This record gives sequence, C-alpha cells and structure tokens, in this order.
Amino acid sequence: MYASIKSFASSFFVTGDPLIYGADVSIVLTSIAVLFVLFYFKKWGWLWREWLTTVDHKKIGIMYLFASLLMLFRGGVDALLMRTQLALPNVQFLQADHYNAVFTTHGTIMILFMAMPMMFGLFNMVVPLQIGARDVAYPFLNSVSFWLFFFGAMLFNLSFVIGGSPDAGWLSYPPLSEMSGSPGVGENFYIWGIQISGIGSLATGINFIVTILKMRAPGMKFMKMPMFTWSVFSSSIIIIFAFPILTVTLALLFIDRYMGGHLFTMDGGGFPMMYINLIWMWGHPEVYIVVLPAFGIFSEIVATFSRKRIFGYKSMVFALLSISILSFFTWVHHFFTMGSGADVNVAFAIATMAIGIPTGAKVFNWLFTMFRGRIRLEQPMMWTLAFIPCFVVGGATGVMLAVAPADYQYHNSYFLIAHFHQVLIGGVVFGYLAGIYYWWPKLFGFKLNERLGKYAFWLWNIGFYVCFMPQYALGFMGMTRRVYTYGWDMGWGPLNLVSTIGAFLMGIGFVFQVWQILYSVKYGERDTTGDPWNARTLEWSIPSPPPMYNFAVVPVVDERDSFWEDKERRDFAPAPPVPVSKLESIHMPKNSGVPIIFAACWFIAGFGFVFDWKWMAFSGLAGVGISLLVRSFTYDTDYYVPLEEVIETEKAAGRAV
Amino acid sequence: MQHAIEHNHSKHAADSHDHGHHDQESMKVLGFWIFLVTDCLLFGTLFATYIVLKGHVDGGPTGKELFEIPGFVAETFILLTSSFTSGLAVLAMNKGKVNQLIGWLIVTAVLGASFVGLEINEFVNMVHEGATISTSAFLTAFFTLVGTHGLHVSVGLIWMIGLMVQLKMRGITSVTRRKITVISLYWHFLDVVWIFLFTIVYLMGVM
Repeated sequence: MYASIKSFASSFFVTGDPLIYGADVSIVLTSIAVLFVLFYFKKWGWLWREWLTTVDHKKIGIMYLFASLLMLFRGGVDALLMRTQLALPNVQFLQADHYNAVFTTHGTIMILFMAMPMMFGLFNMVVPLQIGARDVAYPFLNSVSFWLFFFGAMLFNLSFVIGGSPDAGWLSYPPLSEMSGSPGVGENFYIWGIQISGIGSLATGINFIVTILKMRAPGMKFMKMPMFTWSVFSSSIIIIFAFPILTVTLALLFIDRYMGGHLFTMDGGGFPMMYINLIWMWGHPEVYIVVLPAFGIFSEIVATFSRKRIFGYKSMVFALLSISILSFFTWVHHFFTMGSGADVNVAFAIATMAIGIPTGAKVFNWLFTMFRGRIRLEQPMMWTLAFIPCFVVGGATGVMLAVAPADYQYHNSYFLIAHFHQVLIGGVVFGYLAGIYYWWPKLFGFKLNERLGKYAFWLWNIGFYVCFMPQYALGFMGMTRRVYTYGWDMGWGPLNLVSTIGAFLMGIGFVFQVWQILYSVKYGERDTTGDPWNARTLEWSIPSPPPMYNFAVVPVVDERDSFWEDKERRDFAPAPPVPVSKLESIHMPKNSGVPIIFAACWFIAGFGFVFDWKWMAFSGLAGVGISLLVRSFTYDTDYYVPLEEVIETEKAAGRAV
Repeated sequence: MQHAIEHNHSKHAADSHDHGHHDQESMKVLGFWIFLVTDCLLFGTLFATYIVLKGHVDGGPTGKELFEIPGFVAETFILLTSSFTSGLAVLAMNKGKVNQLIGWLIVTAVLGASFVGLEINEFVNMVHEGATISTSAFLTAFFTLVGTHGLHVSVGLIWMIGLMVQLKMRGITSVTRRKITVISLYWHFLDVVWIFLFTIVYLMGVM
C-alpha cells in the first residue's frame, strides 16, 4: 500500500528540483493563508455573493485584471529564470529539460493567460461604460467566459507541480508534441488549459460584438463611437474568426495523442506542417487581437491628455478594420523557411509589409493629435509616449523580418525574439498598463500614486531597452532561440549579461507597481468628480466607482466625444443634477452560481483527460452538461432594481434632486 | 436641442420598458448567428484538414473502398427530412399550436436519432474492417470531421428534448419562442454542413 502510494506520488507530483519544492511550499502556505483569512473573517458568503457569482461586467473586469497581474508575475518569474540561466556562459542554474519547460510556460502564459485576460479585463471595465450601456449583451455568458479562463489558467499552472510542465515550446509543434516526442502529461495540460480558456475567449468575442452592435446609447452612430470601442470591435471580429481554428487545432493534436491518430505524426501519413499552418492561422491574428485594443487605449489617452479630438478619426477606424482583415493573410511569415516556394513566400511577405501602412497611419495620427495640443504628462500619457518610439523600432524590425529571403538569416534567432518582445511589450504591455492607469480611478475611485508610478515607468522603460537591444545584436551573432546555455568561445557572454540586467530592471519595475497599487489603496488621490483626467467619453460622466447599474439615465449622444462637447457647452461647470422624476426602476440580470460550477466541471473533465482517468473525465463532462441544462431550465434570470434604491444611490452621489 | 434630447430620452425610456424583454430575445438570436459563424469556421478548419490529408492513406484503405453508398445516402435523406420537419415545427410555433410544435420536434428528434444511429453503425463497420482512427492520417481526419458533425447532432438532440419539456411546462412565450428559433437555426446549420460532408467526403470519396 505504502509503496504503491509512493510510486503514484512520485510520478504524480513533480520531484527532484529544489526550485519546485520551494514553489510547492509557497503554494501550500498561500492557500492556507487565503483559507484562514476567509474562515477567520467569515468572508465566504461575501466572496460568493459579491464576486464568484457576479454577472456585473465591472467586477468581472476587476477579476480579469487581478488574475492577469498574477499571471504576469508567474510569466515574469519564468522570464527571470531564463535570463539568469543565460546571464553567463555554461551556467548550471537550470537543467536543459527544466529550461525547456520554463520557456514554454513563459510564452503560453504571457500570451494566453496574461495578455488575453488583461485585455478582456479592459473590455469589461470600459466598453459598456463607454457606450452608455448598463451591462454587456450577455452578462451570464460573460461570467462563464471569465470562469473558463480562470479554470483553464489554473489547470495549465498546475502542471508545474503536478505531472510536469509542457516543454515543447509555446505553440507545441508536432512531432515533438506528439506522444513519440512528449510522452508525459505536460502537453495534455497545455491542450486542455488552453482549450478551456479558449472557449471562454470565443464567447467573449461574440459577447462584445453584440454589445457594441446593439447596446450603444441612443444617437451613438458607428462613426460616433469612441476609438477604444472601435478597437474592441475590430479585435472581437478577429477573435470570432481566429479562435475556432485554435480550438480545432488543439483538438486535433489531442486526438493524435489520446486516440492514436496520425494527423501530425511522422508515421501513418501524418503531416506536421499542417499543424504549423493551422496554429499560425490563429497565432498571427492573435497578436493583432491583443494589440488593436492597445491602439484604442492610446487613441483615447492621446486625445484626453492633449485636450484635442483624435486626429484622423475616420482613417483610424479604417486602419483598425483593414488590420483586422490583413491579419489573416500573413501567417506563413512565421515559417518562410518551410520551403513553400518563392511565390507563396512573396505573397505573404507583401501582405505582412502591407500591415505596416495602416499601422503607420495610426502612429502619424497620434503624433498629429499631440501636435499643438495642450499635453499633460500624467502616467497614462507617459506610457503612451514611451510606446510610440518603441513600437516604431519594433515595427521596423518586423518589416525586416518580413523580407522573406532575409528571414532565412533571422529565422528563430534572437533577432526575432527581440522583435516580438518589442512589439508585444512596447505595444501590448505598455498599452494595457496605460489603460490600467487611465481607467483605474473610474473602477476603484482613486488614482494610482504618481511618484511610485514614475519609478516603475522608468525602470520598465530603461529595463526594456537594456534587455532587448542586445538581443538584436545577439541574433546577428548567431544566437538562436531556446538554447539553454552556450560556451565562452561564442562571444555572447557580455551582451547576454547586459540583457539579463535589463530583465531584472523590468522585474523591479513590476515590484514597484505592486507596491504602487497597495500604497494607493490607502493613500491614493480620491476621485470625487468622476472625471479625474478631464476626459472626453461617456464613462467619465458617471461617478467613480460607477453604481451597479452604471447609468441611472441612459445618455443620449449626438456627436463624437459628446461628453466633452457637453462640458464645453456648459463651460466646464459641474453637470446639473437630474430631477428624481426622470429616474426609473432598472432592469438588471441576476447573479448566478452556474458559471463557476460549469467551469469547474470543465476543469475536472480536463484534469481527467490529462491523466487519462476516464471516470473523472466523463463525470466532469456530465457536470458540464447538467450545468447547461440547469441554466436552460432557469427562467428567473433578471429583476428590477427598485426605483427607491436608484433614487437613494443617485442622491448620495449628488446626481439627483 | 436640449429639448429634443429630453424628448428622445423619454421615448427611449418608454421603449425600454415595453420592449425590454423582446429586445433581449432578439439580441440572443443575433448572438447565436455569430456563434454559427464560429461553428462554420470550426467545420471549415476540419474540412481543410481532411482535404489536405485525404490522400495520406499510408497503404491503408481508401474512401472508395470503405464508403457504403446506401448507408450515407440514407443518412442524407434522413437528416434532410429532419431539417424539413424542424421547419414545420417553427411554422406550428408561429401559429401558436404548442402540441403540434412538440409533435414536429419529436419527429425531428427521432429522425436525428436514427441519423446518429446509422452513423455509429457505419463507424462500427469500418472499425470491424480494420479501418480505425489510428490506421492512417486520412482515417483520423475522416473520423474527426464526420464524428464532430455527429457529436453536434447528438448534443442537439439532448438540447431539443430539454426544450420539449420546457414547452410542455411553459407553452409558447417570448423566451421559448427564441429558444426554438435558435435550435432550428442550429439544426438547419447542421444540415448545411452535412451537404458539404456528403459532397466532399462521400461523393468525392467514392468517385
């Protein structure tokens, strides 16, 4: 008995690495601490009613935000582990297989469990407020999406203490990711973790398309929508076209692994390049999914902090939509070296370069918006200003990579690594951070501390260039991605050491941001106006944080930036309060416990499939089916917020008389 | 202008009170249309994979040797008929006849179940002939594509049974009406996918 438990445990838990034991201990301690706090302060009911079952887009957005910051921490630790290993030649800090696992989870987590949820967090926190809606189109589905992401991310992260992490790269190319190359459970964790959260992402895409199509305030025509809403719309369109491909691709890989299929194997007539085509047909649009909302954020911030309308609104919209279409015609540039022939490569090279045109138009529009504007250098604007040169360099190296013949030199080198980190950090991360600084007061009612934020800003920015500029050079010097160590004779030592220093600077920057959040909870400047930045769009017309129903009176829009125009018309005097007679009871969705249970059942099913425990997998799937039926039979899904409650809330905010 | 806004606003408020529920139901149908777009892409990706791997039989059996014409023709007629009867169900719903509606849904579900039965039978026969999912890339792609469609039909059956119970309990309301509209869209969609399966997999397979 003891022996069998011991042998099970030694294969079930990841053993043998002191770093992992340290992680085990910290996971157990953190879990105990969380449970202790919940029991000691009797917070279970509060947690369940206010957060776990909520369908309020603002709370869901906040949960996305914090989950993604947690994942940024995990992915960042992975990055620092890698940089420590590469700091000097012949370092023995990580073993080769552990290094493989770390670079795999770093990539997967940063894209799918950090960037995506942070983006969805911003969608949720901002879009309904910005279009004058009281919630998203499908609040219940929104909660389902969040919990699918959450449990998918948990399943993926579990792999590093249970069963073993995936280690075939962030896109799990076969044949390495097939049973022949990766017989362990790591790839199963990869497939199920992403699959479960991917279904949630798809649902969010549908949700926001319908929200933007159908829930805009009266009078807000398409060409009067704020730029961020436009960017979310374009991004959601890419989501609904790209994510089904990911779902299928991962399912196909699982069929190969689980049922002995031969789609992508080396034997049985399998065709691994098919997988690589499919995964990039999702993967390339995916980078535009995450970057377009960042563009939208910059457009809002540039206009607000330059005190001008966005320059070239129509061309901005056109650029967003054309990028979302072009993004589907570039995927082959990830493997020009596949050898599909000069004609195919040229077509994809041209499509790739063509994306530089609308992107360039956007950069000029931001610059012209600032031109002769009254610029205020607050935190969101600082990140925006840092983004522009960073993204321009990243974009230029992207065009270099798009030159197919030259790509044979850059392919899989550190030049590529430097390029995509420059667009993803300089574009996406800077953008989302700018967005978080910008909308934080709206959601939480206080600003994030300026001084700590400036430290973080400069650490991130200096750290970024110190980390990644040397990597361009390392690429030219022949260093390829995914090498776990190198010899003294290669001459890569000094630049790698510099790069590692830069990575740690960014890490310290992140620590400052965590400190900044904690500090500002207590000491941050409170926002009593609802409009701390003197901004232009509807979300700033309501109190911070907004009441549960957002808008007591649905706003009517008759022009672009209509909140700003209203303010100008009344010479920036405070908005007059609304007479009580104008208020009404408000139709709102009810909270539901089904989404979290539904997603937990997916988690159980996924875990069962990972270890091929059929009893567990099928009971999980049965739970999924039952949850759906329970929801289908529930008819009591909404209610009216009583008029008295609306009046009381509005009066307390000084918005009704 | 301020006056105009107020006028618009009060009009809108009245609308949202009267049609609040109705708007929500039509919005859900729109969302389902978009879901069908994504499902289309899902099948499109599977079709692409199948077409690429069709010739990769690795010395194993080909479609021409495996596909039984009477079997897939029967499946086709049964599924097309079920699409027709689901259309009749919607017509009954529009006339407000709940029992007739449930009756046509039962016919649809029975036809759907026979379709799934025939397909399982086809798969079992193929496996007995030694053509399994792990025989060749072609067969993996075949079982995945056709099986995904069959899985969709099976899920639709459970869903449809759930809706019949709800119709019995609640009759035709704006909510059940929307639910029936949605499942009939789903059912027709599966029929359209089957037309492509019939053509690309079976007809082109036996040619």
